[in-house]
Amino acid sequence: MSSKAVNQKAWFLVAPVFLLVAFNALIPLMTVVNFSVQETFGDNVFTWSGVIWFEQVMHSERFHGALFRQIMFSAIVLAIEVPLGLGIALTMPRKGPWVSVCLVLMSLPLLIPYNVVGAMWNIMALPDIGLLGKGINALGIDYNYTRQPISAWFTLVLMDVWHWTSLVALLCYAGLVSIPDAYYQAAKVDGARTWAVFRFIQLPKLKHVLTIAVLLRFMDSFMIYTEAVVLTGGGPGSATTFLSIDLVKTALGQFDLGPAAAMSIIYFIIILAVSWLFYTLMMKNEEA
Amino acid sequence: MAKITLKNLKHSYLPFPTEDSHYSLKKMSLDWADGGAYALLGPSGCGKTTLLNLISGLLIPTEGSILFDGRDVSRATPEERNIAQVFQFPVIYDTMTVYDNLAFPLRNRGVAEVEIDKRVHEIAGMLDLTKTLKNRASGLTADGKQKISLGRGLVRSDVNVIMFDEPLTVIDPHLKWKLRSKLKELHQRTRRTMIYVTHDQTEALTFADQVVVMKDGEIVQTGTPIELFERPMHTFVGHFIGSPGMNVLPCEVKAGKAIFAGQNIATVNAKSYKGKSQKLELGVRPEFVSFAKKGIPVDIVKVADAGRFRIVETRNGTSSIKLLVPEGEDIPSGKTHLSFDATHTQVYENGWMVGGRT
Repeated sequence: MSSKAVNQKAWFLVAPVFLLVAFNALIPLMTVVNFSVQETFGDNVFTWSGVIWFEQVMHSERFHGALFRQIMFSAIVLAIEVPLGLGIALTMPRKGPWVSVCLVLMSLPLLIPYNVVGAMWNIMALPDIGLLGKGINALGIDYNYTRQPISAWFTLVLMDVWHWTSLVALLCYAGLVSIPDAYYQAAKVDGARTWAVFRFIQLPKLKHVLTIAVLLRFMDSFMIYTEAVVLTGGGPGSATTFLSIDLVKTALGQFDLGPAAAMSIIYFIIILAVSWLFYTLMMKNEEA
Repeated sequence: MAKITLKNLKHSYLPFPTEDSHYSLKKMSLDWADGGAYALLGPSGCGKTTLLNLISGLLIPTEGSILFDGRDVSRATPEERNIAQVFQFPVIYDTMTVYDNLAFPLRNRGVAEVEIDKRVHEIAGMLDLTKTLKNRASGLTADGKQKISLGRGLVRSDVNVIMFDEPLTVIDPHLKWKLRSKLKELHQRTRRTMIYVTHDQTEALTFADQVVVMKDGEIVQTGTPIELFERPMHTFVGHFIGSPGMNVLPCEVKAGKAIFAGQNIATVNAKSYKGKSQKLELGVRPEFVSFAKKGIPVDIVKVADAGRFRIVETRNGTSSIKLLVPEGEDIPSGKTHLSFDATHTQVYENGWMVGGRT
């Protein structure tokens, strides 16, 4: 042992953070872990059940279906929102009075509560009275989101794009604005065309911002609940029943606490793993 | 490569300039020979970067014109002007290797790969970058990155002019010196027209054959480093160039003789003074002041050691006079006298050298 006196008082300084993390993450999570390995028949009586809920969930076709729809949904909205947001950011003005106008307009969708977004689109897309629904039908396309899975998906994706592309655009815009003028001037002097400026200056400089944007949009879209429930309620049938909707149905509809808890943990691990993998891959070449 | 001519050039960042103060760059005309090394020297905010950006085409002048070899390029884009520019902060393309960075300006212009390869290796050799050609450019140190910026300027064999905008600002002091000698060497090897903007007199004087000193958007003096040192046309040049700067002392001129502290002072140009009672000053560099038995009576205020010589600050009344004393020479204490070298003592009227402006 070294002769230095160890001052244990430092633990007191760590305590607030420890308590905060304990109450908002560890304890709720452990409750779920607790439920996931026990069986109950009510009256607050629990019996040990091992990993059967996990096995059940992993082999459940209902879970597979929800997971597949969830992955599809996230993939589609990411594929649309990231390029679209980047494109919008590139065309936004850098100087002058239109900057604030653009920023406010872009921020508006982000300021609307989730359930209001769902309700707005629900009404707007109604085929008989909604502007969007009636409009599409007037074009001769048979559109009814409460009956056709394709229409329901189309409406959901459109709603998510409307709601969240702004976030990607604003993040990219912030990234673009922070690129020093000298880069653009050097590119001009070097005779670079617009595409080369994008490919070799803007895109590399936006790498970090885009990583964050993709992560945020992945996590958020993978957890989508409120908007989808208000818009389609998971239907028609289970066509738009995503993981979180399925989870709520299992936990609060059927009151199957065990399977729901096991599902929550698997859900959580998927998000954690994908985010970690993506971030690590993106940052791998940083040191080179 | 080209001869550069500025004709009555004026620039304002305001859309509708009306007064003189609206102009960041006041009316100026200049002629720069092909293949010369020029420096634009002046304090921050004097308009030197504006002038540089006007020449490179990043800015379009409000009035006047810029000619390359007699061809008016005032409204041409940087690409059409075929110039190269090195910026204050190293600009590199992060995702590319050093090789690709150097090749970029050539590839954008559709040069054949064989030719590109030849040019890149030649330039990399000049800049000692050959060993790092395959490395990612983002991993280099600041001076390495600045060398790449420089290399991108040199790689095109047909550029009209290479411009440097305070390129050594972010470079460590011990590397500054190396990079500066490299620049000088490159100029001698390539004989390109180079324009170097800086607020550092050492950089300007060591790099350039001709230095343009600017102040408040105006050219104060153009000349060789020696001319600027020995014959500053304006007290500002005297102050700005030299360390310590020129002594500027209030004086009178009567019947072609300069009078300071009640004594006649022999000067170069007092005879040419024909005006009336304007603001008159005497300018003499510390290098041309020496101790004497008789002359201007002064008190010694402070002695600072600057290595090979000492800087002695003396005082006559309210005027402070500095002089340089070589190592090993005695410095009298307390009260003493000074004399000025007559061939390097000038009279200035309202800041400008009497008889200097033609």
